[in-house]
Amino acid sequence: MPHKPPTQEELERRKIVGINLETVTNVTATDFPGNYPGEDHSWDIEKFRQGFNVEIHQNDPYEASFSLIGCDASIANAFRRIMIADVPTLAIDQVFIYNNKSVIQDEVLASRLGLIPFTGGREGLRDFLKWRPKDGEPKDYDTVGLELNVKCEHNPDAGPNETDPTKLYKHAHVYAKDIVFHPQGRQVEYFSGENAIRPVNPDILIAKLRPGQEIDVKMHMIKGVGSNHAKFSPVATASYRILPVIQITQPILGRDAEKFAKCFPAGVIGLEKVTKAEAKQKGSGYEGHEGEPKAVVVAPERDTVSRECLRHAEFKDKVKLGRKRDHFIFLVESTGQIESEAIFLESVQHLKAKAKNLEKQLVNMVR
Amino acid sequence: MSGTYQPPNTSSRDDIKEGNVIYYTCGDCAVRVPLEPSAPIRCQKCGARVLYKERTKRMVQFEAR
Repeated sequence: MPHKPPTQEELERRKIVGINLETVTNVTATDFPGNYPGEDHSWDIEKFRQGFNVEIHQNDPYEASFSLIGCDASIANAFRRIMIADVPTLAIDQVFIYNNKSVIQDEVLASRLGLIPFTGGREGLRDFLKWRPKDGEPKDYDTVGLELNVKCEHNPDAGPNETDPTKLYKHAHVYAKDIVFHPQGRQVEYFSGENAIRPVNPDILIAKLRPGQEIDVKMHMIKGVGSNHAKFSPVATASYRILPVIQITQPILGRDAEKFAKCFPAGVIGLEKVTKAEAKQKGSGYEGHEGEPKAVVVAPERDTVSRECLRHAEFKDKVKLGRKRDHFIFLVESTGQIESEAIFLESVQHLKAKAKNLEKQLVNMVR
Repeated sequence: MSGTYQPPNTSSRDDIKEGNVIYYTCGDCAVRVPLEPSAPIRCQKCGARVLYKERTKRMVQFEAR
């Protein structure tokens, strides 16, 4: 018997992960060579190009959301991991404590300073700054110098009944904005004016002081990657969800429809009136229900896939839940050094570079 | 959190020189008290006899990890 090519419907069905009351079915991708006899599932760049699509939902500097449609989980996961662990950023790595009279211990203070996200001119951060060699003297192109020098004193202008320490004393609170950047050598060209190295959030509290206490530290920032330490990670979260699919197989009408909508987060299910045409159609399940509200799927991407609707007997056989295996909804939240969009683009570049490198080694191996 | 402690430099103790005053912190009123090598140990402001040594200015290097 000759093999029949799969219908479009069948191809769509293969992409859906089944989410049932107590089980999850059809979890692995099946579009690999040899899985379906007579079908060619070998990877092909042209086929990939035709099926691949990117949709942008939100593109703010510190938060971006977009969908990668038509790629395998391994690719999507590679981008996620590269964004978290392999996109380089600048962070404080060495702290030279000259004086620290605050109640925060030296090593805790150093750790806190390291975790403060900084930003600066993009060009300087990306192109001018290089990796600092392990046993090298700091150079203007691999090390950025910062200084924090604050001293807490009584405020002579404070009223006699003042109890607020921030008014009673000068510099009672040490904030990230108190850190001063000292450009060295050619750093002046890249990091001056609005491109200066500065904390993303100037109001991060570093320590609290009382009169007579002071903090005097110098810091060296270097370029690093998230796999080395989380402080170098350019993202607060970079994650993806797989697009939920809600299929209403039989009409859900009237009060049931309202209850059904309540089983989902707000906005996922909408209510529409049954039209005349639908009510006339025989076998549609809408006969005699003209004007009644019916449940329709409006925004499945907002669903959390809680499966609440499957717990109710009246909906059990009227709805099918699933997830579209090749649709990844990314959420990239930047810590502020690099814009979210640029983080993703850099992750793409990084994966490309890694693939090129592997290719080179493969060629050497075969030779 | 591994800090690299700089070994104390014992060869030249330039802290204590002839005629050099050293500052202490008063245990009672927290005022900075300058003391000469032979002066009585006493706060000039409140008269307290307990004085604390200030933290050394020697640099300590830490990795911000």
